[in-house]
Amino acid sequence: MKYGVNELGYYGDFGGAYIPEMLYPNVEELRQQYLNIINDAGFRAEFDQLLKDYVGRPSPLYHAKRYSEKYGANIFFKREDLNHTGSHKINNAIGQILLAQRLGKKRIIAETGAGQHGVATATVCALMGLECIVYMGEIDMARQAPNVARMKMLGAKVVSATSGSKTLKDATNEAMRDWIANPVDTHYIIGSVVGPYPYPDMVARFQSIISLEAKRQLLEHTGKELPEYVMACVGGGSNAMGMFYHFLDNESVRLVAVEAAGKGVDSGHSAATTFLGREGVLHGSRTILMQTDDGQVVEPYSVSAGLDYPGIGPQHAHLYKINRAQYVSITDDKALQAGLLCSQLEGIIPAIETAHALAQLEKMQFKASDNVIICISGRGDKDLETYIKYFGF
Amino acid sequence: MNRLQNLFHTKKTNLLSIYYTAGYPELNTTVDIAEALEKAGADFLEIGFPYSDPVADGPTIQHSSETALQNGMTVHVLFEQLKDLRKRVNIPILLMGYVNPILQYGIEKFCKTASEVGVDGIIVPDLPMYEYEALYSKYFLDNNLSNIFLVTPQTSADRIRKIDELSNSFIYLLSSSSITGGSLNVSTNIEDYYKRIKAMELNNPAIIGFGISNNATFTKACEYASGAIVGSAFVKLLAEDNYLEKIPAFVKAIRP
Ligand SMILES: Cc1ncc(COP(=O)(O)O)c(C=O)c1O
Repeated sequence: MKYGVNELGYYGDFGGAYIPEMLYPNVEELRQQYLNIINDAGFRAEFDQLLKDYVGRPSPLYHAKRYSEKYGANIFFKREDLNHTGSHKINNAIGQILLAQRLGKKRIIAETGAGQHGVATATVCALMGLECIVYMGEIDMARQAPNVARMKMLGAKVVSATSGSKTLKDATNEAMRDWIANPVDTHYIIGSVVGPYPYPDMVARFQSIISLEAKRQLLEHTGKELPEYVMACVGGGSNAMGMFYHFLDNESVRLVAVEAAGKGVDSGHSAATTFLGREGVLHGSRTILMQTDDGQVVEPYSVSAGLDYPGIGPQHAHLYKINRAQYVSITDDKALQAGLLCSQLEGIIPAIETAHALAQLEKMQFKASDNVIICISGRGDKDLETYIKYFGF
Repeated sequence: MNRLQNLFHTKKTNLLSIYYTAGYPELNTTVDIAEALEKAGADFLEIGFPYSDPVADGPTIQHSSETALQNGMTVHVLFEQLKDLRKRVNIPILLMGYVNPILQYGIEKFCKTASEVGVDGIIVPDLPMYEYEALYSKYFLDNNLSNIFLVTPQTSADRIRKIDELSNSFIYLLSSSSITGGSLNVSTNIEDYYKRIKAMELNNPAIIGFGISNNATFTKACEYASGAIVGSAFVKLLAEDNYLEKIPAFVKAIRP
């Protein structure tokens, strides 16, 4: 793959494994084994079976007729919101739990922002009977309370991260600290295409099912395999990378990644990483991150907990730098409005993360013949309280 | 030879090093603390420069880093403070911090400035060995700076050999795989680990860190290594009133 990772764990200038020695044995074990494990026929069979019978894949590619009318193109929704647990996060969680089992790990840790990855991880741990600890920022625990309850009901222990901005970045720090202290029996299920190599590549492979299916489904719908546009929101970037993956080498397909502008990119309350960030190291990889001149990580802001992260995965940093994908941003207000529009035009209440990608449709200039696939990364159940407050229902 | 290499040449046992975070509890006492520690008898020092996301650190050093950042500590400010370091302090000094602030400052310029102010070595826990060797070792060596690598009970023998090859002062032996601020683990596993390292007859001496907080843990560590590093326990002292005056008693209590 032209845009894939090289044998040193880099995508162009980005990637690598910038980790303290305490994490080296864990990460090295993964690096040596992940490809063998996930390419093994037995693994593939079990993974595919669970995606089909447990997750409910393939997720539909839905031709959104009223959206198509409104935006003057053929708009297709890739329905990751219909997956078991309500988002794309389960694809990766299933893959990593099967991997953890094969590595003989007994204890699973995860970080979560919106709680979707935490719920997905708690779910697969329940399924496999493994102990599960989820780190979640104190602020996120409050704004995604339904997901905290879900994780507890699934038997996970939810630990609040109270340092720094008390959001996703700090939950990730806490999970890494846990992994340092538990180097032998624990597997860390990272929830996005971030972290030290091999995580970005491993998570992208597990999420690539999204574009694998979408290609085939678009062919069924339109007689064409390649759309003109593929769009997705970006927190760390896993649904976007899954949505882009099998289109990366098809240079005619325009890839659009939507970041969270928060209250506006110049407001000081934003998570628009490519716009505000510079190259550096965050959570174990060289990437683009929001930081001060002194190299301190800037606390991001977005109404959407899943996009409230100061970095992006290293492969996204690479695609951004070489202009293979376009990175744009959408404010809180525009996203929430788009969430309402999607609810009322298509009868689908999207996650606020997803609503950022939907809002970008307003800014696009399509031709009537264009086929556009947009990743509906998750459903909005977890966000009802935020929507209710905003719209005063 | 830098001061650190000199020290290990002349003194082989019971070495005591102290870690503290620059800019904590006050912005401008970095060199005062160093001076007090030298007078109290510390053999060498690690001065941490703060980072917003210190994943290898426990609550005590996290807190000191946060406070230091609020106080206005930056890499630039630290180097400014250290300009007159060598007029007041003679013992070897290491800087310790995470890779991102160094990359933003510029790693070449960082090494050059560090050397100019009289720093002898650098500890960057999240700088990988491969990147160090392939890209950055030149800047360390050109500026006569020692790079210090960490070793944990899980580090393989091959990797320890490689680390030994790339080191030119000492190897930082972690008492367990943990973040800073834990307690010293003296289970039989750990004794085996120390013995295993000792039996490897490495070129570089080992210094034990993480979980050394008092005379008992210091003495225990010195049975297996050339010395030990006290971090969180000292940072806790800095939270007290009149901390500068309490430094001599603190050092004496650890190594009478
Ligand atoms: C529904 C949904 N979409 C998107 C994201 C953002 O993550 P990523 O960029 O990894 O897809 C999240 C994260 O929690 C999410 O829950």
